[in-house]
Amino acid sequence: MTNAMELYQMLPKTNCKECGKTSCMAFAVALMARELKPEDCPPLKNEPKYKENYEKMSSLFKTSEGATETGLIVHEDLCFGCGNCVVACPPNVANDPYGVGSGNAPKNISKLILIIEDGIVKAQNVGECRRFGKNKILCNGCIVTCPVEAIEFV
Amino acid sequence: MEKNYYVCTGCGLLCDDIEVESEKDIINKVYTACRVGVAHMKEGKEEATFLVDNKPVDEAKAINEAASILKNAKNPLIFGLGTSTNEAQKLAIELAKKINATLDDTSSYCLGSVVEAVVNNKVKTCTLDDVRNKGDVVIFWGSDPADSHPRHLSKHSYFPRGKEKQRGWEEDRTAIAIDIRKSHTAKICGNYFFQIPQGGDAEFIDALIAGLSGKLPKTSYNYPPKKILELTNILKGAKFGIVFVGLGLVYSLENLEPLLRLMKALNEKANFHLVPMVGHYNMRGFNENLFAETGYVNSVKFENGIVKHGPEFSTVESIKAKTVDAALIIGSDPLSSLPRSIAKNLLGIPVILLDPCKTLTSKNAKVYINTAISGVESGGSATRMDGILVNFKPIVETKHPSDETVLMKIMEAL
Repeated sequence: MTNAMELYQMLPKTNCKECGKTSCMAFAVALMARELKPEDCPPLKNEPKYKENYEKMSSLFKTSEGATETGLIVHEDLCFGCGNCVVACPPNVANDPYGVGSGNAPKNISKLILIIEDGIVKAQNVGECRRFGKNKILCNGCIVTCPVEAIEFV
Repeated sequence: MEKNYYVCTGCGLLCDDIEVESEKDIINKVYTACRVGVAHMKEGKEEATFLVDNKPVDEAKAINEAASILKNAKNPLIFGLGTSTNEAQKLAIELAKKINATLDDTSSYCLGSVVEAVVNNKVKTCTLDDVRNKGDVVIFWGSDPADSHPRHLSKHSYFPRGKEKQRGWEEDRTAIAIDIRKSHTAKICGNYFFQIPQGGDAEFIDALIAGLSGKLPKTSYNYPPKKILELTNILKGAKFGIVFVGLGLVYSLENLEPLLRLMKALNEKANFHLVPMVGHYNMRGFNENLFAETGYVNSVKFENGIVKHGPEFSTVESIKAKTVDAALIIGSDPLSSLPRSIAKNLLGIPVILLDPCKTLTSKNAKVYINTAISGVESGGSATRMDGILVNFKPIVETKHPSDETVLMKIMEAL
């Protein structure tokens, strides 16, 4: 998905306001920010003439197989558990500065995104990831620090 | 809540923050350890085995057989010990003295010369904790910790935040890789990867020294002088620099003189330390224990209280020249790791092997005792690659005897 304009092209463009937004463009922006979902637009969901666009849009928002909600995929066959991503991940450091932030074992495991389990990195709590939520940014801390390209975002 | 942490003895880093979930002496889950460490810890084993001529015997018979081999030998070789605890190493030194043996470990064809320079105070060294707290310029020369010591960069040298380096790798540290190929570590170093041709290390050192003193750096392989000067500028600005010396550099140099010269030149302009990238978890421990006892780090021969030292007493040379007539090998697999032309001489002499793994050497050994994996099944202490003493306790219980117990019993039988 590239931008809100592309999403707008697939909407009914009638500005009916049934979704609660002031215009279809506003709805597209909200879609882009993951505040709303395609099914929040009643005409798009119910009217048969928009069926094709609705299905296309729903497939855009479906997560890929094996990926977490932020699109993070760990290739377990490549990862060897060096922990570079665990120590480099900004939310990990912010939530556990004296544990993983200083290169040690995690002290506050419930808030960490990446941990090493059985020699392989495991993603959890993806809600904390900077690629997620309202103020998301294209953080790539875990990708650039991986020597074997075991982490990927889709 | 205070957690129960274990020490991983998978490599020279001796990570001391490993969490383990185990049930009935079987390890289920390992947290924080890398794949090397997990494989090392999960290496489950069956019953204890004592083999003589590849036939199972009881413990007493195996020990007696080992003792009689050592008793009858004029010049036995004791070799290995890189994966034994300090306690077992000290016993092996005692044993070597008692039976007038040649004693050596893998460091004679590994990083022995570098460790020797470090323990003799020929170069400045520092601990890995210093690296984490203060290090700003980190050089990996001929070493690839991303593969050999997976947690080196994430636990100590590059990524973590330390006391004086709060902003971590992004702003506070520069990692430099000098290698002959683009290793995984070099990939992380990005633009600071300097690829040199095989055997080009000595010339590169000379070029760096020239660059440091403001001369034009020249190499026979025409390395761009601009890039070398860029590197020397980074080195000059280092407040706490570290050179992690790996086997790639040691094998490329005929002797350590160029490296020592470089360290001197670096310390005139900046503040640099050297840490050997020791692979086996307690190779440095062996070097230090033997140094405390004899003044040499490896390749010694005991003869009625006198200590002889020289390259002719190293494992490779003594097996090659057939000067030894029996071998006690502890935690090493020379038949696989030494060149065939040399290793085949081992087949002609009786070999006693103490090792947790079944290897090519164990198949061809006269006496084979399956010992406990130290750090997983037996405890003790070991010396980390930077010289810090680490104590560890066993994670699971085992029927296998530790190296230390077996050595003790062999000594008693003698």
